[in-house]
Amino acid sequence: MLLRVTDLVKTYPAPDGILPILQGINMTLEKGETLALTGESGSGKSTLLHLVGGLDQPDSGSVELEGQDIGGLDDAGRAAVRRDKVGVVFQQFNLIPSLSVAANIEFQARLSGRENAEWTQDLAARMGLSDQLSKYPEQLSGGQQQRVAIARTLAARPTLILADEPTGNLDEATADTVLELMLSLAAETEAAMLMVTHSERLAARMSRRMHLRSGRIA
Amino acid sequence: MNAKIIALLLLPLTASAQGFAGLGTGSDAFATPERPAIFNFPKDHGPHTDFRIEWWYLTANLEAEDGTPYGLQWTLFRSALAPVEGESWSSPQFWMGHAAVTTPNAHFVTERLARGGIGQAGVNADPFDAWIDDWQLVGTDFDTLDMTASGPDFAFDMGLTAQGPLVFHGDAGYSVKSAQGQASYYYSQPFYDISGTLTLPDGEVEVTGQAWLDREWSSQPLSNNQTGWDWFSLSLDTGKLMGFRLRQTDGNYYTSATWIAPDGTATPYGDGAFVAEPVATTDVNGREIPTMWTVRLDAQGVDVDVYALNPQAWMGTSIPYWEGPIVVEGSHTGRGYLEMTGYD
Amino acid sequence: MQLFTLVVGLSLATALWSGVQAVNAEARASYDAAAETLGEGQFAQITSPTGEIAQNDYVRLRRAGWLVSPLVQGRLDGVLVIGLDPLTSPNGMGGPDLGEDGFAIETFMDGAVFGQQATLDRFTAENVTEIVFPNVATGLLLTDIGTAQRLLGREDIIDRLIVAPDQPITQQPLQDVAPNLALREPQSGSDVARLTDSFHLNLTAFGLLSFAVGIFIVHGAIGLAFEQRRPMIRTLRALGFPLRRLMILIAAELLMISLISGAIGVGLGYVVAAALLPDVAATLTGLYGASVSGTLQLRPEWWLSGLAIAVGGTGLASAASLWKLSRMPLLTSAQPRAWGMQAVAARYWQAGLAAGLLLVALVLGVVGGGLIAGFAMLATLLVGAALALPVILDRVLAVGAKRAKSVMAQWFWADTRQQLPGLSLALMALLLAMAANVGVSTMVSSFRMTFTGFLDQRLASEFYVYANDADQAERLAAYLEPRVDQVLPIQFTTQDVKGMPSDIYGPAPHSTYRDNWVFLQSTPDAWAQIETAQGAAINEQLARRMEIEIGDEITLAGKAFPVLGIYGDYGNPIGQVIVTETAFATLFPDVRPERFGLRMDPADVPALAQNLRDAFGLAEDNMVDQAGIKAFSLAVFDRTFTVTGALNVLTLAVAGFAILMSLLTLATMRLPQLAPVWAQGVTRARLGHLEVIRAVLLALLTAALALPLGLALAWTLLAVVNVEAFGWRLPMFLFPLDYIRLAAFAVAAAVLAALWPARKLGRTKPAELLKVFSNER
Repeated sequence: MLLRVTDLVKTYPAPDGILPILQGINMTLEKGETLALTGESGSGKSTLLHLVGGLDQPDSGSVELEGQDIGGLDDAGRAAVRRDKVGVVFQQFNLIPSLSVAANIEFQARLSGRENAEWTQDLAARMGLSDQLSKYPEQLSGGQQQRVAIARTLAARPTLILADEPTGNLDEATADTVLELMLSLAAETEAAMLMVTHSERLAARMSRRMHLRSGRIA
Repeated sequence: MNAKIIALLLLPLTASAQGFAGLGTGSDAFATPERPAIFNFPKDHGPHTDFRIEWWYLTANLEAEDGTPYGLQWTLFRSALAPVEGESWSSPQFWMGHAAVTTPNAHFVTERLARGGIGQAGVNADPFDAWIDDWQLVGTDFDTLDMTASGPDFAFDMGLTAQGPLVFHGDAGYSVKSAQGQASYYYSQPFYDISGTLTLPDGEVEVTGQAWLDREWSSQPLSNNQTGWDWFSLSLDTGKLMGFRLRQTDGNYYTSATWIAPDGTATPYGDGAFVAEPVATTDVNGREIPTMWTVRLDAQGVDVDVYALNPQAWMGTSIPYWEGPIVVEGSHTGRGYLEMTGYD
Repeated sequence: MQLFTLVVGLSLATALWSGVQAVNAEARASYDAAAETLGEGQFAQITSPTGEIAQNDYVRLRRAGWLVSPLVQGRLDGVLVIGLDPLTSPNGMGGPDLGEDGFAIETFMDGAVFGQQATLDRFTAENVTEIVFPNVATGLLLTDIGTAQRLLGREDIIDRLIVAPDQPITQQPLQDVAPNLALREPQSGSDVARLTDSFHLNLTAFGLLSFAVGIFIVHGAIGLAFEQRRPMIRTLRALGFPLRRLMILIAAELLMISLISGAIGVGLGYVVAAALLPDVAATLTGLYGASVSGTLQLRPEWWLSGLAIAVGGTGLASAASLWKLSRMPLLTSAQPRAWGMQAVAARYWQAGLAAGLLLVALVLGVVGGGLIAGFAMLATLLVGAALALPVILDRVLAVGAKRAKSVMAQWFWADTRQQLPGLSLALMALLLAMAANVGVSTMVSSFRMTFTGFLDQRLASEFYVYANDADQAERLAAYLEPRVDQVLPIQFTTQDVKGMPSDIYGPAPHSTYRDNWVFLQSTPDAWAQIETAQGAAINEQLARRMEIEIGDEITLAGKAFPVLGIYGDYGNPIGQVIVTETAFATLFPDVRPERFGLRMDPADVPALAQNLRDAFGLAEDNMVDQAGIKAFSLAVFDRTFTVTGALNVLTLAVAGFAILMSLLTLATMRLPQLAPVWAQGVTRARLGHLEVIRAVLLALLTAALALPLGLALAWTLLAVVNVEAFGWRLPMFLFPLDYIRLAAFAVAAAVLAALWPARKLGRTKPAELLKVFSNER
């Protein structure tokens, strides 16, 4: 069992009281499994993703990643989880603007002490980024940026890849290619993947899917 | 230090009388003119330090060889803070000189100030010498005088010769200035022939003409309700006329005049006989100044129009006033001088 | 928050600006009062070589057509009494205006003295009417010439004649009227003004700097305000609010805020100025004898200039933001612009401009002459250096990034480099603040060391006595001879040397001179030759102005002397020559010494002074105690340091605030730069720490650049401007401890400025960071 989520609750303060986002989520994810997370806007899919990735703290319930409850960790603990176990790909602004493409790809891997030059080069080549390594994120197209983000995530060899609409800003063909790459590379590194998406087409490519409605699993 | 302001305080007599401190008040320590007026010449040509104010006031109507008319003024005023002369700078006697030359289209004015006691300005009676700085009215006696003055843009150097006797105004030199009885000692020498050189920005001009010298001293010449005066000296074809009109706050006037026959015989006229009325005014330095008058002295058949040779003859001195040559037409013809004060 | 920073920023900038302006304006107003009182600048004068003009000569000149006005002056109770003749003094001479100020001429004539209350308090003469009159310069009393002659015991004597600007067209030549008198054309500036310019240079440097810092700070505050409002403006625009109206509203709001802040700032500036002014006044009085009143008047010029800088600065700073706003597409996301390659071109251009300006400064330093060139050099140096700063920092950070080993270090350097454009204005402000502080501290400290050293040299005797006349001097010498170790007669006369008015001194040969007078340049064994009448020594002023070098000959009373030594003579406007006593006696047989330097045990000085008062009736002014002078000079310098110290702290504080503003402005833009780093496993606390370290790094780098700039500034002030203005060059001393302290201050200011934003960053909610990645932004 890679991930076990138990009775997860998360609320946000709102002007007219407390806004419940997640109202008791229970789920699991096996090593190497890929899960599509679908649901309406505001159903809580992104929040679930954040809690699972140690990006935010739950109000109650637990998130166990490789047997460790990350919900109860302090700031530093959660940062370590993000660095060592998780890789995130968001819809936008994934990259560090002051660093070159090469440095961006290497960043998390070096941060977690798992850099491997050969693997990084291989990734860059397979993502079609070999010619872009000395450029800066700002000089890349949206699709290229997302590819760098994915390469960056995979370079660190996380056990869990979290993706929040990673291809949301891309055209259909590019989106397919990028997803294809992601899936095959994830399989190669035996990483599990949790992906938030609107797209039925993309969701269908995953091994399992889960639908959220108003903070609960439908 | 603003010398102009000081002069204003010191020498109020030529401007509207009540606008300035000192003149209407506190003349107790000074002597006042008394009747009968008894003169002692040449001593009385000199200063009378026991009186508050005094002047040697010369005006002249001149003509160049080409017929261009000119006017000229040379005046030395004395004004005292106390009826004594003091040592060096502690002298309470103050002197002010005004000099001007008027042409039909220009008017040159300059002014000097000095304190008595150090020799910078003063008057000696015998031999006669009146001076302030480099300006001088000097002669062996009062009948033959040399006169100089200079300013930043003009100068003159003239010789004067008296062709007639001194003339005494009012009651033999006791000239009443108001119904309240204010008075001054007042005599004139209206019979000078004058000739000399004017130095003007355009060059030197040789001129000849007639000059009129007024001598007057007093301690409180104007009454409280008098705001200024209009003074005329006319040289007419049949005689000379001195007349003045003192304006009162109530809109009335106090007038006085002297008719001077060619032989110097003076006939004084009291309040009301002499009439002067403005006919037209000119905008001079932002002020409305009467520059055309009708003047009448019925007793002598005088009924004339008087107008300024140059209406812009404004004296922009410490105490500003209008003074300039005039042309006379009507029952008589001639030339003269007009002084108007208190038009601020 | 936003309103707070805007108001505080604007107020602080305005306060510093108007405070410095106030001190400057007040001091200058005091000089102007003095200059007006004496009418020195604007009128030609007639003087006598003997120093005195007979009153009869005055009257003769008047009667020859010369419109001149007499002045007599002298000191009484340490107060300068000036007597004038109100009737002849030209308009514009200054002093009481009898008409407008309501004094009767009787009052003026009747022994009235006009002066400030403080001056009148010192004045003890009898038989005068004291009238408080603020428009008379400090330490000066005005009165009628008659009263002055009486008070000073100088009846019928006049010191000089003021020549009215308009003279009559007929006038006798001066030579014919008074061949003994000399006409002097109007001076371009009074001696006092020239001397005190050196001090005002300090203040002006601070004023310029505070202006620059002020603009930076306002720019930062406005930028912040706009950044924070962007979403709201976008929404309003989307709702159909007209752009024009929006811009007008914003402009109106800014105008109001700037006016309010400006008013607060001027008020603060007043407090600053009021606190500083007594020290400034004391400094100026002590250094140059220029009297400045120690009280402050609210002068419209600095009220206005304060408000003007607040409004103008706001306008300047908001123009760019408003322009950007007008260009902002309706629905574009407020995506902050990352540091981009397109900025490279602009930076090359800036680097080129900076290099050009610095080159101009260098050229001016090498070949330039004149005060204008000196000031131009200062300006080009400062502006050039400020422009060069971001370029240099960028290069340094690039090198740092290349050499960084760890991934975080690499990111830190790269990220710091990315912050540069946003921080560069604040850093320029810090650079200028530090450079000016280094420069001015160096100048003042160098001045202090030179001057106190110079006092030691020149006032080598323990006690100085001035006789009232030559006869008394002879009796004094006889009296003193047995009572002290050595009586050194001081005799001098004045004559032109190579066209420059100079004092010729003839000291007796004594070790006092050999030991204490240090030559800037000399031949070997110069003193020995001078003491045997084989040559002369001259002061630096004479050497520089008249381009005299060692070995050149000068002519004294018809006899030629080779120049063997050149010595420093600080603060003296005219030339000076030293020949030995015997030579002096031959050259000027009529001059007898009236002053004496006494070598003696300093402990005996008070007793001897008392004896001289009793035996000779000598006044305090006739005796000078060297220890007293030194103590006084040192006290004056201490006050100067108080002023410069206070201004140092203030400018640094304002620069620190500019940094704070910039960091706060950047903070909102920085989230997209920081969020990916955080998401990849770096804690917010660590990011916060790095922010502080970044501030320290930038402050240290800026300090490192400010030091050479400050020293260049000091060198320009001492070696270029001072020489042009006063004719002597101040040696430059370095004060490393001061510089280290200053750098520490600068770093402290930067850390303080960075702490708040860093702490804020450390506490940013994860949700805020996560928003960056979602569509919401």
